Amino acid sequence: MTDININLQNPDNTITTLVAPTDMGLSLMEFLKGNDYDILATCGGMALCATCHVEVINGFDKLHPISDDEWAMLDTLPNITDTSRLGCQLKLDDSMNDITVKIMGDGN
Amino acid sequence: MITTDLAIIGAGPVGLFAIFEAGLLKMRCHLIDYLPQAGGQLSEIYPKKPIYDIPGYPSVLAQELVDNLLKQAEPFHPGYTFGERIETLEKRGERDFVLKTNLGTEIHAKVVVIAGGLGCFEPRKPEVAGLAQFENGKGINYMILDPEKYRGQKMIIAGGGDSALDWAIYLSEVCSELTLVHRSESFRGAPDSVNKVMKLAQEGKINLLLNTNLTSVTGTDKLESVSMINTKTQEAQTIATDHLIPLFGLSPKLGPIENFGLNIDKSAIEVNTDDYSTNIEGVYAIGDINTYKNKLKLILCGFHEAALMSHSAYKYMNPGVKYTMKYTTVQGVNEF
Repeated sequence: MTDININLQNPDNTITTLVAPTDMGLSLMEFLKGNDYDILATCGGMALCATCHVEVINGFDKLHPISDDEWAMLDTLPNITDTSRLGCQLKLDDSMNDITVKIMGDGN
Repeated sequence: MITTDLAIIGAGPVGLFAIFEAGLLKMRCHLIDYLPQAGGQLSEIYPKKPIYDIPGYPSVLAQELVDNLLKQAEPFHPGYTFGERIETLEKRGERDFVLKTNLGTEIHAKVVVIAGGLGCFEPRKPEVAGLAQFENGKGINYMILDPEKYRGQKMIIAGGGDSALDWAIYLSEVCSELTLVHRSESFRGAPDSVNKVMKLAQEGKINLLLNTNLTSVTGTDKLESVSMINTKTQEAQTIATDHLIPLFGLSPKLGPIENFGLNIDKSAIEVNTDDYSTNIEGVYAIGDINTYKNKLKLILCGFHEAALMSHSAYKYMNPGVKYTMKYTTVQGVNEF
């Protein structure tokens, strides 16, 4: 598979489904930013700023495990949820097909 | 008072390389950085990480690159002000800028170059009603400078990161009453710290509230109580306290640069790619802090921007003077 569906929960709770390529080495952050979603990505993807923080509404368990660096950043966030991830640490691949995420930002 | 040709805000790799490029054109530089040392995020955040996309270096450690850039800049004897942040930028006329730091240092420059990278790291603040009212010594702080200040007092720490855990452990012996509030079900910090916090909670030395969000703060002249809600049970409670310390990590912010009158887009400074000049003539922005179509946040792009900026700055500083670019292979590097 080279394309997957990423469902984005909008602020009004409607869902937008985006088709994402898995063969370009993109992270979820880069993909959403490329689609003009309002993600600052200040640190450029090094898990340093958390401006790409997303809540995974559906499909959290099928994502690859969280690294220590990602945990360390997530744990500091005022708006962390039980299914929080950093978009920059999620490389788009087949396992992410049909996940649903909501853009959270770093709470500031 | 410091007088220079180029005042460079930010001593990261791009700011450092700007000294070299400006030096080739006989322009003097003074750098100002809020961090206590040169190197920006390379030295502060990932000094031991290898970087693979610096031309000519198959791999170079971040700190090694910074050390080399400092050495490369040496012949041009730059000035440095560390641990201070530029608060104001005033243009008094053409080629006449005054910058002031938070500690009152004044820098007079003909050209201003903003190479501020990610900006300044500032504490993240939770969205809680009334928070700002009790900042500045009225009960709410975002960092702990002198733990002894809290001896015998009631304190609430909010946050789940390593620093929240470590301070909760330390202050449980210092405060008369310590509450640790965390939004999640569990902590994923260093296992040793997590175990200690759990043990102290069992012994009644820390009042541990998990799955809990702060909702509001109240008081008259100073903070008196903090309200919170359990996100699982929806149960609300209010705890009387002398201090609230939200520890939600640091977040890079543009800081005072936002008020310099520059055109800003999504926390980055808009520039003209002809020479990386901003909307204020004589002020340039290079490296991660600027934005333009197809911008790539790469050190090597910042180096290129530093070179073009320097040539434009030379023309701005020396109106009417004709300059022909010379290669270092021809001219060498002439110290001054």
